[in-house]
Amino acid sequence: MLAAFTWTEFAQQLAAGIREGAIYAGLALAIVIIYRSTRVINFAQGEMATFTTFIAWSLMNHGLSFWTAFPIVLAVAFAGGVAIERIVIHPVANASVVTIVIVTLGLALLLNGLTSVIWGGESRQFKGPFSTRTIDVGGVPISVQDIGIVVVSIGLVALLALFFRYTKLGLALRAAAVNPESSRLVGIRVGWMLALGWGIAAVLGAVAGMMIAPVVFLDPNMMQTILLYAFAAAVLGGLDSPVGAVVGGILLGVTITMLGRYVGFIGSTLKLPAALVLIFVLLLVRPGGLFGRVAERRV
Amino acid sequence: MRLRLWLELAGFAVLAVVVAAVPRFVSDFRARELAIVGMYFIALLGLSILTGHSGQISLGHGAFMAIGGYTTAVLSVNGVYGHQIRDLWTIPIAGVIAGVAGLLVGLPALRLSGLYLALITFGIAVSFPQLPKKFDHFLGGTTGKILALPRPPFGLSTTTNNWMYYLTWGIALVLLLAAWSLVRGKTGRALKAIRDSEVAAASSGVSLAKYKTLAFGISAFYAGVAGSLYAIANAYVNPDVFPIILSVYLVVGLAVGGLDSLITLIAGAGLIYFLQNHADTVARWLNHLPALNLDPKQPGIPSLVFGAVLIVVMLLLPGGAGGLLRRLFGSLTGRR
Repeated sequence: MLAAFTWTEFAQQLAAGIREGAIYAGLALAIVIIYRSTRVINFAQGEMATFTTFIAWSLMNHGLSFWTAFPIVLAVAFAGGVAIERIVIHPVANASVVTIVIVTLGLALLLNGLTSVIWGGESRQFKGPFSTRTIDVGGVPISVQDIGIVVVSIGLVALLALFFRYTKLGLALRAAAVNPESSRLVGIRVGWMLALGWGIAAVLGAVAGMMIAPVVFLDPNMMQTILLYAFAAAVLGGLDSPVGAVVGGILLGVTITMLGRYVGFIGSTLKLPAALVLIFVLLLVRPGGLFGRVAERRV
Repeated sequence: MRLRLWLELAGFAVLAVVVAAVPRFVSDFRARELAIVGMYFIALLGLSILTGHSGQISLGHGAFMAIGGYTTAVLSVNGVYGHQIRDLWTIPIAGVIAGVAGLLVGLPALRLSGLYLALITFGIAVSFPQLPKKFDHFLGGTTGKILALPRPPFGLSTTTNNWMYYLTWGIALVLLLAAWSLVRGKTGRALKAIRDSEVAAASSGVSLAKYKTLAFGISAFYAGVAGSLYAIANAYVNPDVFPIILSVYLVVGLAVGGLDSLITLIAGAGLIYFLQNHADTVARWLNHLPALNLDPKQPGIPSLVFGAVLIVVMLLLPGGAGGLLRRLFGSLTGRR
C-alpha cells in the first residue's frame, strides 16, 4: 500500500507540511488576536478570508497584477474587519458566549451566501504570484510556490510581532486586551482598539486566503476545512498565545501531512478526524494548550 | 406560577389538536414537508436542552443526526447477523446510539468550557462526513445506502407521507412532553444553575459532571431520533444528506425559536426547512426590495438569508420567538 520510504520524499513531505502549517498559522494568529482582545472566537474568520480572496480574483480579472491587487485587498479587508466589529460585534460585546458564537456564525453564513451570490458557486483557478516549478534545495525538489507561501506568511507574522512590540499603537492594543478598565483610564480608546484588532485579523485572513487559493481551487467553501485546522492550531498553542498559534500551526501542518502520508489507515480521508482527536487528547492532558495558561474562575 | 403552568398545558393541548387535524386540510406533499419540519423540531428540542438550558454550545448536532440516520440505515439494510430490523424499531436504537456518542463527547466536555466546546463540536461536524467515506463497505461511502421505502404498519390504509407525518409528530409530541417535564423539574433547575454560573452551581451541591454529561447525552438522543426519522423518510443516506452546514442551520433554528423555549422551536424548525427548500421563493420576495435583483436559482441564497436572519434576531430579539411570546404574555401572567 505504501511506497518505499525515501529521505528525499520525507523532506518533500516535510516542506509540504510546513507550507500547510504556515497557512494554518496565519489564520490561527488571526483567531488568537481577536480572542485575546474580545474573548470571541470568530467563526467567520474563514469566510472573511474567502470573501477578500474573491475580491483579489475580481481585481486580477480586470487586469491588475497580483502584487498591485495585494495591497488594495489588504486595505479593503482591514476596513471590512473594522466595520464588522463596529456594526455587528460591538452591540453584543457583553452578551453570553453562546450569543456571541451564534452572531459570528451568522456572519459566516452571511458572507458565505454573499460570496456565492456575487461570484457564483463554482470553483475557479486563482493564479498565484509564485511559479509552481521546483527548485533544488540541498538535493530535495521543493516548489517555488511553497517557499513563497512560507516566506510571505512568516514574514507577515514577524512584521506583526514588531508592530505589537515596538509601536505605541501596538502597546495600546495589547493594553486594551489585557486590562480594558485601566487602559480606558490612561486614555486608550478601548472600543476602537477592539475594532482595530478585527481589522488586523481580517488582513491576516486575507493573506492566508490569497496564499492558499492557488493551491486549492477558489470557491466559496474553500476555507471551511482550513478554518478547522486553524482552530485546531490555535487551541494547540493555547488560545491566547500568538507564539503558540504560529508554533501550533506549523506543528499541526507537519503532523497531519506526515500522518496522512505514512499512516496507511489515516490516509487522506481521515486527516481531519485525526487532527480532531489530537486536539481532543491534548485538551484533556493540558486544558490550556501548549503555551496557554488556565484561567482561574471567580463566582 | 399556576397560571403559567395552565397556559403551557393549554398550549400543548392546542398543538396536539392542530397536529392531529392538519393532514385533513393539506395535500400529501405538504404532509411530507411538515413531517420533515417535525424532525428538525425534535432535533431542536434536544439542542435547546443542551444550549438553551445548560448553556453548553454544540455546533455538531448535525453529526449526531447523521449517527442516528446511519444507525437506522445499517440496521435496516445490513441488519444484525443478516437479520434485518424493521425501520420503525430502529428509531429508539438510533436514539440510544447517538445518545451514547453524545455521552462520550460530553464526558471530556466537562473540562472544556464554552468556546473550546464550540470548537470541538464544530470539529465533529466538519470531520464526520469523512467516516462514511473511509468505512465505505459498511457505511456506503459517498454513494450512500438505499433504504426500503417506508410503509404504514399493521395494514393501515394511509399514504406513505401521511404515515411519516403522524409518526414524526407523534414522537415529537412525546419528546416535547418529556423535555418539558425535564426542564421544569429538578434536572432543569440544576441545568439552569450550571448555565448561569458553574462555580455557584457546584458550590450549591449541583454535580457538574453528572448534569453536563447528562444534558449532552439527552440532546444527542433527540438528534439521533430526528436523524433516524429523516433517513426513513428520505429512504436514502449519504454524507450529503447530513451536510456540515446542517449543524449550523440547527443553531440558527434554535436562536430563532428561542434558546430556552420549547414549543416555539417549531418556528425555527419551519424556518430551517423553508429556507433550505424554498430559497427561490425567498429570493423572489427579496427582489421586491428596491435595487435588488437576485437570481432565484443562486445556491448562496439560503446561507445569505440564514445569516442575515440570525444576526438580526440575535441583535434585536435575543429571546427569539419564545422570548417574544413571553413578552406578550408576560403582562397576562403578571411575570416577566
